[in-house]
Amino acid sequence: MIKTVDLHKSFKIAGQAEPLHVLKGVSEHIKKGEVVSIIGPSGGGKSTFLRCLNMLEIPESGQIFFEGVEITDKKIDINLHRQKMGMVFQHFNVFPHLSVKENITLAPVLTKKKSQAEADEIAMALLERVGLQDKAEEHPGRLSGGQKQRLAIVRALAMEPDVMLFDEPTSALDPEMVGEVLDVIKGLVKSGMTSVIVTHEMGFAKEVSDRVLFMDGGVIAESGTPSDVFNTPQNPRTKEFLSKVLY
Amino acid sequence: MGEYFSNIVMILSKYWQVFLVTGLKNTLVLAAITVFFGAILGVLICLGRMSRFKPLNWVLVAIVEVIRGTPMLLQLYIGYFIVPKILPIAVSDFMAVAVALCINSGCYQSEVFRSGIQAVDRGQTEAARSLGLSRRQTMSRIVLPQAIKNILPALGNEFIMIIKDTSLASTFFVGEIMTSYLLVKGKTYLTMECLMITGAIYFILCFVLSKLLGTFERRLKAHD
Repeated sequence: MIKTVDLHKSFKIAGQAEPLHVLKGVSEHIKKGEVVSIIGPSGGGKSTFLRCLNMLEIPESGQIFFEGVEITDKKIDINLHRQKMGMVFQHFNVFPHLSVKENITLAPVLTKKKSQAEADEIAMALLERVGLQDKAEEHPGRLSGGQKQRLAIVRALAMEPDVMLFDEPTSALDPEMVGEVLDVIKGLVKSGMTSVIVTHEMGFAKEVSDRVLFMDGGVIAESGTPSDVFNTPQNPRTKEFLSKVLY
Repeated sequence: MGEYFSNIVMILSKYWQVFLVTGLKNTLVLAAITVFFGAILGVLICLGRMSRFKPLNWVLVAIVEVIRGTPMLLQLYIGYFIVPKILPIAVSDFMAVAVALCINSGCYQSEVFRSGIQAVDRGQTEAARSLGLSRRQTMSRIVLPQAIKNILPALGNEFIMIIKDTSLASTFFVGEIMTSYLLVKGKTYLTMECLMITGAIYFILCFVLSKLLGTFERRLKAHD
């Protein structure tokens, strides 16, 4: 479903002559229906890799294929492809000036996927699924972090995406709200949604993933089933990382 | 002191129309024109500066810097002499000065808009783009509605500045309140009294506007 070939990305840092080389050749293939978690130390390139998948970060070299189309090609209309890739951010990024329901219906209506009436109906069904139906007319300012993130998830789902990208979805949450968000993601994953999840929740990654990628130093240092990576890591850096984190 | 007061009363009873009808009207018209076309120009400059076409950005930066780095009175002089020459239609002094004011205000307002837009969290744009919205849709539906709340206080200050800045146009006798002052002073030779009256009119105008904008802002905030 998503295939990347030798992705490279570096960032210029103000006041530094040498750009920071964040991705150093990442090639990966995410299959339809697969749930892939990406773990690893901060600065290892996890988020940058994820953000490249829907071209929020534009890689300097390498290719990305989504459903057979090369989306790194400058001639394609990236907006059409992004409509099929939902994304959930660490800081929720819900739209504060719109009501909870409008947050969900805006994109389907603007991209002409749905009429306003259809979108409203879908929005209410989605809100019910995550227990926010009572908040439909409120503004997100009144929601807790966990509620905001659940809203952000259903906002992405309203576009009926083929794949969901999660960028540390629970890292900015109070500890007691992590569970409610993880439950929503678990439900989604069980329904067969292809997902790529950047996370620091090792227990969660171990439980829901079909495959775990360990990223460090801008490359995928290790890849395998959760039991392979967590129980019998091969790469010394994976071993070292896992020995330091609790799960 | 009593003499001052009786002079002011005398001037007001005799010449109130010069101040409050002609002068006030022209000041308000000039300020309204400047605010309106300055805002349009400001938005255009601001959009141009955020465009991906870099040379446009450089040209606009240069224009804004020149306008910000030279006195407004000088710009009014240049407008007064040049605008009638370059426009194919007949232009009154009033309009020539108004054009110069609009350009000046447009440059300042563009900076207000730009800072307001840049203050909107980048995550908002990313979220909108990740849903498949175009750059244009993201700007008009997500960024601008939020930017307006950032912009409004600064824009209110800019409007009040414009009201006061129109007084510079009296150099060309275009009939706003400061021109009224020059006329009445020339007739009565009561300089200080005329200045007091003029100052009071400007103060009341700006004070009322400032309070109105404050109320408007609070109303916008109440929606959050």
